[in-house]
Amino acid sequence: MSYEVPLAPGEQPDNLDGEATSAHGWPLWEVFVRAKRGLSHTHVGSLHAPDAETAVQNARDGYTRRAEGVSVWVVRSVHIHASDDASSMFEPFEDKPYRHPTFYEIPDEVGQL
Amino acid sequence: MKTITTTTALGTYLVRLGDDNVVLGQRLGEYVSRAPELEEDLASANTSLDHLGMARYLYTYAGEAEGDGRSEDDFAMLRSEREFTNAMLVEQPNTDFAHVLVRQFFFDAYQVPLWTALAQSTDARLAAIAAKGLKEAQYHLRRSSSWMVRLGDGTDVSNERAQAAIDALWRYTDELFESDVVESELEADRVAPLSSSLKDAWVETVDRIFETAGLARSEDDFQTSGGRDGTHTEHLGYLLAEMQWMQRSYPGLSW
Repeated sequence: MSYEVPLAPGEQPDNLDGEATSAHGWPLWEVFVRAKRGLSHTHVGSLHAPDAETAVQNARDGYTRRAEGVSVWVVRSVHIHASDDASSMFEPFEDKPYRHPTFYEIPDEVGQL
Repeated sequence: MKTITTTTALGTYLVRLGDDNVVLGQRLGEYVSRAPELEEDLASANTSLDHLGMARYLYTYAGEAEGDGRSEDDFAMLRSEREFTNAMLVEQPNTDFAHVLVRQFFFDAYQVPLWTALAQSTDARLAAIAAKGLKEAQYHLRRSSSWMVRLGDGTDVSNERAQAAIDALWRYTDELFESDVVESELEADRVAPLSSSLKDAWVETVDRIFETAGLARSEDDFQTSGGRDGTHTEHLGYLLAEMQWMQRSYPGLSW
């Protein structure tokens, strides 16, 4: 299923073509910031912007103004597809502790993993 | 009438640049909470603080250059309208989003070549200030240019309002490129460029972005000036009244 994007008051639902469909609102974008080279981009929040270039600029002002990042990704929120029904998706793993590598003897020579 | 507000050419020059930045910073600060979207409020505040930061460097150095012990607060808070030597462009009001962005675009397109030239100054401290300002101005220009294209190439209404802002602000652009004895003196020592030498770069940027955006220079080519001598449009007095009243009402007040 797709992630339900909350609408601002008066905002109309977006279509999937990347165009805002309302006169009131700009579409919503999810922002991912890479804190430094070698780390992954991490989700930090969302913002409104009329297009991708502006979204990157707004992300810069909203999320990196205290030097939090060296790179920014933005993705239209409507393109995020999220999991649902946590009980069937994730609960079955809760009683399978043997999938953690705590049941194996780790040879001393290995040292700190 | 020539109002020399500091005792040295360098001091006078630094105060001018500081005045440009503090006045534009105040205008952008006023705009926070009035932009069409929250994200543009943030961008406006960020840009405002960049200009305010540059003003602080410039005023502090100006105070040392003139040697009369004036502080950055003395320059920003305790001078009257006739003592401010900013270009009139930056004091123009936030009429609408298009005016805010066109004013910014005109000023950014001027500041990028200015800081580029000043980064080569024989005055090491001014060169260091300019190098910092250049990085900020390049981003400001990128943002304001992209907004020019979006407004110009957006809807009929956005194009109309952007063009109206260009027509209203065009008359304040030539003043940015006027040179005088202060600049000649600094130019001789390769401390600062003549402002007139920056105009080609400005024209190139403006024409290129306008062409992409479907916008045009104003058909009315009337130009006015006087800001560098302390003669301003009526808007500056109101801006200073709001900016300075706290310090004027409670002298010496600090956080």
